Amino acid sequence: MSLLNVKVLTKAMPQLLSLLLILFLNYLAFPGFFDIRLQDGRLFGSLIDVLNRGAPVIILAIGMTAVIASRGVDLSVGAVMAVSGALAATMTVAGYPLPIVILATLGAGLLCGLWNGILVAYFDLQPIVATLILMVAGRGIAQLITEGSIVTFNEPSLIFFGTGSFAGIPMPILIAALLLIIAITVVRRTALGLLIESIGINRSASSYAGLNSKLLLLVIYAFCGFCAALAGIIIAADIRGADANNAGLWLELDAILAVVVGGTSLFGGRFSILMSALGAIIIQAMNTGILLSGFPPEYNLILKALVIIVILLSQSFSSAGGWTFIKAEFLSKGRKRH
Amino acid sequence: MAFMKKILLASTVAVAFAGYANAADLTVGFSQIGSESGWRAAETSVSKIEAEKRGINLKIADAQQKQENQIKAIRGFVAQGVDAIFIAPVVATGWDIVLTEAKEANIPVILLDRTIETKSDDLYLTAVTSDTVHEGKVAGEWLVKTVAGKDCKVVELQGTVGSSPAINRKKGFEEGIASASNIKITRSQTGDFTRSKGKEVMEGFLKAENGGKDICALYAHNDDMAVGAIQAIKEAGLKPGKDILVVSIDAVPDIFKAMAEGEANATVELTPNMAGPAFDALKAFKDGGKAPPKWIQTESKLYTQADDPKKVYEEKKGLGY
Repeated sequence: MSLLNVKVLTKAMPQLLSLLLILFLNYLAFPGFFDIRLQDGRLFGSLIDVLNRGAPVIILAIGMTAVIASRGVDLSVGAVMAVSGALAATMTVAGYPLPIVILATLGAGLLCGLWNGILVAYFDLQPIVATLILMVAGRGIAQLITEGSIVTFNEPSLIFFGTGSFAGIPMPILIAALLLIIAITVVRRTALGLLIESIGINRSASSYAGLNSKLLLLVIYAFCGFCAALAGIIIAADIRGADANNAGLWLELDAILAVVVGGTSLFGGRFSILMSALGAIIIQAMNTGILLSGFPPEYNLILKALVIIVILLSQSFSSAGGWTFIKAEFLSKGRKRH
Repeated sequence: MAFMKKILLASTVAVAFAGYANAADLTVGFSQIGSESGWRAAETSVSKIEAEKRGINLKIADAQQKQENQIKAIRGFVAQGVDAIFIAPVVATGWDIVLTEAKEANIPVILLDRTIETKSDDLYLTAVTSDTVHEGKVAGEWLVKTVAGKDCKVVELQGTVGSSPAINRKKGFEEGIASASNIKITRSQTGDFTRSKGKEVMEGFLKAENGGKDICALYAHNDDMAVGAIQAIKEAGLKPGKDILVVSIDAVPDIFKAMAEGEANATVELTPNMAGPAFDALKAFKDGGKAPPKWIQTESKLYTQADDPKKVYEEKKGLGY
């Protein structure tokens, strides 16, 4: 068991080092970065901000990991977030009770995911094209629901999902952590994870081996839609309003990036949900750091790009056995010379 | 083809003359960009209200963010022989040909909200727009007057990097506070004109400025970012509107709600009523032949908590913001 942990830790080394480095840079840019205090019974501090703001992307990344592991991609999650936020806000304003609002919203997310899943699994559309349809149409649907305006609400029970807290921990963090634990348990304590990896590596071989790969793909995409709807509720609750034009805009790219930074290959196969969540935290730590640093906003995207390049290069370097190469080529040669 | 054009021209002239006979029968075609924002929706509904007030028949064509749709709509209006054409142009260039066609048909064109680049200014009668630099300046001058000489550190939430309202509203605000050495912008970041980014960036500002205790005022390039930031200030245990002054631009309904609750202090209106001044200029032109100036600047009105924000909120709510 301990051997396994060491193995896992070495594999996660580039990501953990990147996170530590970013946190350290944040600390240099802003010495109060690690200060945490209680504010109105809620933890308050930059580190909490990282987790709290990162929660929606963590949730998206959980669903996205499963999709990418099946050798797919889901571009529609941002739009599905907008749809679910719009639905939650308009239903709340219309006076529906909270349980019905939540069920309807999550149900809508599942439906969106099922739509993607049907296109990918049963009509054999390429995932990038199939989900592009909903990425474009979803925002239109959200705008239809909100009639083009920002729908604001003041219902405390729904707002609780965005800004409430339990035992001092903000709700978005709790929801993301809970979903993370459930997802990891389900894929790793059953054969599900293995089956997802197998259709990601070779779908037809898996089908020949007796796996119902169509149904499994359907479930994976539906789950991804569910995650997007959950993230959409949190984002809408956070600003007490549904902004169909901007909610979740470009977050599909952040989610994909989180999965890639976490080390899951875009070509499917082996995946790690925990590492994707770590990837999402790395991205958010970087975002929060940039906001705290006081750099002019023109530099935001360039800084982000630089950090991402460094992280991805260091990953590919170590996974290609770069350190062993350096040791063998330079250090041993040096020794021979003397 | 030339024959067709002649007939069209003749009918246009006939309609135009009918227009002269009775101003109440004016027909105006309005090529609107689309409904990408609440403000745009409000502009459309205010245009309808203003037309109704004057007994003008307003035909609106929604271009759904596409210039080719706008060009089609303008050609349609020319063919129908309307008395005037209003355009809210989606882009600045590429209008010369279609505007020449309108000019040959003797139909005056008025630009709303945005201007264009043309070979010659004669292609349109006038442009009714807001001065975004001036908007920022009004906000800055309000702050100078309000803090009255006290030291004041300001944090700024910028619009989308590189967009012209963001550049101009920043410039205008800096001009507005230039005379007051007691006011300094200490932090400035982009909130992309959205609520959620406004909130996230404000959370960062609050942490970086001693939990928000060092911040005296927030200037946001639009109300939506201010609304998000107000929530962040509240969650940090401070009172927006008192501990941190909040001034922003646009005057959308939700900021009036915040002002009524004492959580925002001032907003500068980007009026959705661009059509009103355009109708007035058009009428003066049709009745007396007096050409208006090439640019009609709309009023950048300042609203504060003293202006009965609750009432303004109720008035604005129905406009489709």
